[in-house]
Amino acid sequence: MSARCPVIHWSTLFGLAISLFLAIAGSTIINMWFDRDIDALMKRTCNRPLPTGKIKPQEALQLGLFLSFSGVSLAFVMDPVYGAVVFTGIIVDVLIYTIWLKRRTAWSILWGGISGGMPILAGRVLGLHQIDGVGILLTLGILFWIPTHILTFNMRYFEDYQFAGIPTFPKRFGFRTTRLAIALSSIIAAGSIGIAGWLIGMQWGFLRILGVLSAGLFVLAIASIRKPSDHTNFGLFKYASLYMLAAMLLLSIYIL
Amino acid sequence: MFSTALLASYQVAVGVDGLELIPIIIYSIGFGTLLVASLLLVILGYDALLNSSVAIISTLIPLSLSCGLIWDYAAHIRVAYFVFAILGLLAISISRLLFSGKSPNIVLALVHGVAGFIIFTVPIYAYLQSLVPLIFLWVSIGGGFVGIGGSMLYLLKSGNSKVPHSRILKLFPVLLFLATISFVIGFMAYR
Repeated sequence: MSARCPVIHWSTLFGLAISLFLAIAGSTIINMWFDRDIDALMKRTCNRPLPTGKIKPQEALQLGLFLSFSGVSLAFVMDPVYGAVVFTGIIVDVLIYTIWLKRRTAWSILWGGISGGMPILAGRVLGLHQIDGVGILLTLGILFWIPTHILTFNMRYFEDYQFAGIPTFPKRFGFRTTRLAIALSSIIAAGSIGIAGWLIGMQWGFLRILGVLSAGLFVLAIASIRKPSDHTNFGLFKYASLYMLAAMLLLSIYIL
Repeated sequence: MFSTALLASYQVAVGVDGLELIPIIIYSIGFGTLLVASLLLVILGYDALLNSSVAIISTLIPLSLSCGLIWDYAAHIRVAYFVFAILGLLAISISRLLFSGKSPNIVLALVHGVAGFIIFTVPIYAYLQSLVPLIFLWVSIGGGFVGIGGSMLYLLKSGNSKVPHSRILKLFPVLLFLATISFVIGFMAYR
């Protein structure tokens, strides 16, 4: 929708939703299949179907591979460049982030962020048939929003991650640096989305709302550094999530 | 509070369209603060109202709305009022951050009082001068609600209230919603 096609093709939109749903569901299931041992060690994730034994690992792997393959295939049929971006997203998410880096380095979240940004880039590519600056800015917006999510969880469930032996930012660099990273990445995410919105040609009214919401994010980010507390940090996480939801809605509805 | 946030969003996005650039910026600051404040109260809970930074930021609501009204309907005192607004904001910030005791509350009450008076009276003046339609008087009503909300905040912070804190905290979102919807209706006169 951000690509501002002359008209909205509902069949394309439907295909986009189905292919992304299949690909994301598939890669998430494969991730859960691979991480079932550490999920079982963490309070937050120990009740998932694989650690509790409700679903057999073999079943999960087969379903994950089937859904991923279906999603990527549909994406390639719709548009080869779009298919390539969706495929890259799965490779980065499953192979690079989950299997290779997640248990080795705290910096793996960067790759988690890149894979998280792939769906929005894919959608843009499907509209334009090429990768452009706006698509990259939107991807950066998600890439820098993801740390707000993951790092907050890293601090909130610090003992869980320690117990499971997963390297995290708070363990490697301390809580203060992590809070700073969250605040900075939130601001960069808001900036990227705002510039993308402006370049897309959003109406001034919508840009004003984005600006106002970004200012709120900035204030909360500063507050979380000046007077850090669990309450404020989790507040920043919730606000950043709400901000991203609002930004996506604004980017979508302005065209309708 | 979500309803208040949605109304404030509407006002920021389309409610001030067609005005000059300066009033658009001023009203966007006012309604934008209302929007962000509503979201933060939902996320952080009403105890956030007890934070001293909230007093500073919430001052932006009456000050910016009153500045917008002065810009539109009392051009001859624009400069004087803008100077008052900036000094008022500075005074509240400094008194909140550097002083304790009664003085921060007195400064807050004074600045809020003047801004509230402007929001309440300027629409009436503009209507009597036949500059705006009757519907614009809803802005005055909104100003009244902001005034009541400001007084409640004052009571909350000064600790002199005989009304329980919990009741004030319950009433506050209702007042904020009533103020916002009154402003949205009133500003329809611009459209």
